[in-house]
Amino acid sequence: MTDLSVENLTLRAGATTLVDDASFKLVQGEFVALLGPNGAGKTSLIRAGIGLQSANDGHSLLGGAPVHGLSPAQRARQIAYLPQIRPLAWPNAVRDVVSLGRFSHGAPLGRLKGLDAEAVDRALEACGLTALASRRTDTLSGGELARVHCARAFAAEAPLLVADEPIAALDPRQQFRILDLIRSYVNQGGGALVVLHDIQLAARYASRMIWMKEGRIVADGSSAETLTADRLKDIYGVTARVDGPHIHIEGAA
Amino acid sequence: MTRDTLLMPVLIGASVLAIIAACFLGSTALPADRLLAALFGGADAGDRLVVWQIRLPRAISAYIVGAALGISGAALQGLLRNPLAEPGVLGVSASASLMATFALYYGIASITPWAVPIAAIIGALAATALITLAALRTQSVVTLILIGVGLSSFAGAAMSLLMNLAPNPFSLSDMINWMLGSVANRSFDEITLAAPFILAGGAILFATRRGLSALTLGEEAASGIGLDLRRQRIFTVVGAGLATGGAVALAGAIGFVGIVAPHLIRPFVGYDPARSLVPSALLSGLILVVADIFIRLLPTSAELKLGVVAALIGAPAFVWIAMQRRGGND
Repeated sequence: MTDLSVENLTLRAGATTLVDDASFKLVQGEFVALLGPNGAGKTSLIRAGIGLQSANDGHSLLGGAPVHGLSPAQRARQIAYLPQIRPLAWPNAVRDVVSLGRFSHGAPLGRLKGLDAEAVDRALEACGLTALASRRTDTLSGGELARVHCARAFAAEAPLLVADEPIAALDPRQQFRILDLIRSYVNQGGGALVVLHDIQLAARYASRMIWMKEGRIVADGSSAETLTADRLKDIYGVTARVDGPHIHIEGAA
Repeated sequence: MTRDTLLMPVLIGASVLAIIAACFLGSTALPADRLLAALFGGADAGDRLVVWQIRLPRAISAYIVGAALGISGAALQGLLRNPLAEPGVLGVSASASLMATFALYYGIASITPWAVPIAAIIGALAATALITLAALRTQSVVTLILIGVGLSSFAGAAMSLLMNLAPNPFSLSDMINWMLGSVANRSFDEITLAAPFILAGGAILFATRRGLSALTLGEEAASGIGLDLRRQRIFTVVGAGLATGGAVALAGAIGFVGIVAPHLIRPFVGYDPARSLVPSALLSGLILVVADIFIRLLPTSAELKLGVVAALIGAPAFVWIAMQRRGGND
């Protein structure tokens, strides 16, 4: 079992503290939603947590080893990362972009063999992209592109996945499709940490919710434990009624 | 796809044909039998001289200069994720050319024949490093191109200054030759001096080409899938700097070839920067050999410079490529 264990992580940029003494764990078989307003430090926590950025304090262990001791390829084989901004520089074929998920396994684009080719085929299939495999990415819709990026992350077949706002700017149907994909990844034994702004969807899909505000993790637990009207008021500054899994946001507090 | 698998054989065949044609053609055309005899050591001394001392070294110079600029262009485009990046556009060629001129001007070149290539490479590396530093600080490619424009202008101004201060007309014409770029009157000695740098640079770029594919996803996702960004940047900069420096040492500043060739190659290699490197090198080499044949056959009173012709064709192509770009991620 691979797990990501972040302990007392602090990250500063000049005089500003982006992440303040944050600790959490991500294990396989869990769907964890990371919530918080813009600027709460979610992306910084993720980046420092998986070792893309050096923390000022605290440490982060991936499969028991400090992430900073791992080579980028070793890290990538254990944790797939879907960043918030996903530019594509060239209009490659869908299959080639998904093949990049196998980069850390040493696979060259366009000449995948054996296990690599099978993993890419599985990822294309799971994301409903088999028919689009040879299409150029500049001819795809936003929803299709989002699935291409998910497939790229799944193709790595890493035990853990970190996705930063994977459903931003998607229509409701596409949002469900992406979250369903992540859920089936979790059901097959993966562990996912997903940044979400849709609280309703987070409550519906996530087995655990981590709430962040001003760089600190203020709550970490199931939706039943942590999703309350007071929490929404504290975190987002909104008045809301919480009725089990149903949330009615009434406006800014 | 047959179109894609045919690409390399077609490019290699066309390159060989172009170099042979370059030996045939010239102020006096050599018939096939005399050319073949001269190539393989027969024929009379005059024919051998024309082929081995004049036409063949010139054609090979044009080819390897083109190949160096083509592979550097393709690699820099992959690194900076932009089809407008190229040693010429980014000011790398001009900076290399400036340093080479310095070596000539201050007579360092007369101390050792390695002075000019090494000076050119230092200029190329410094400019490439500066561009990459800028690339780390900004996501905007427009900024990079503007820095390239600034570097080119500065190198041009510094060369004008050197010309202004030139002690005699001979060193003045030496400098102008560097600025304009040419492969006329090159010998195998000069080729052997520049070739190691071009080969080393090309080999570095080739060995690290996979990372360029990863950069298709942007830097954040590229490091996410396991690319060592720092290492990739250093290798691409050093590789492109060595190759461009070698090319400038051999032929002076020749711009825009490195932009046109990768642009034409990309659709054939599925827009993968890694797979575009070698075909781009072959195509740029081919373009320069053909352009150089064209120059030699043109009945102009003074022979045109290769760099001038390359810019006359390449600059409009640059504008065309820039206009075709959709306002994407910059």
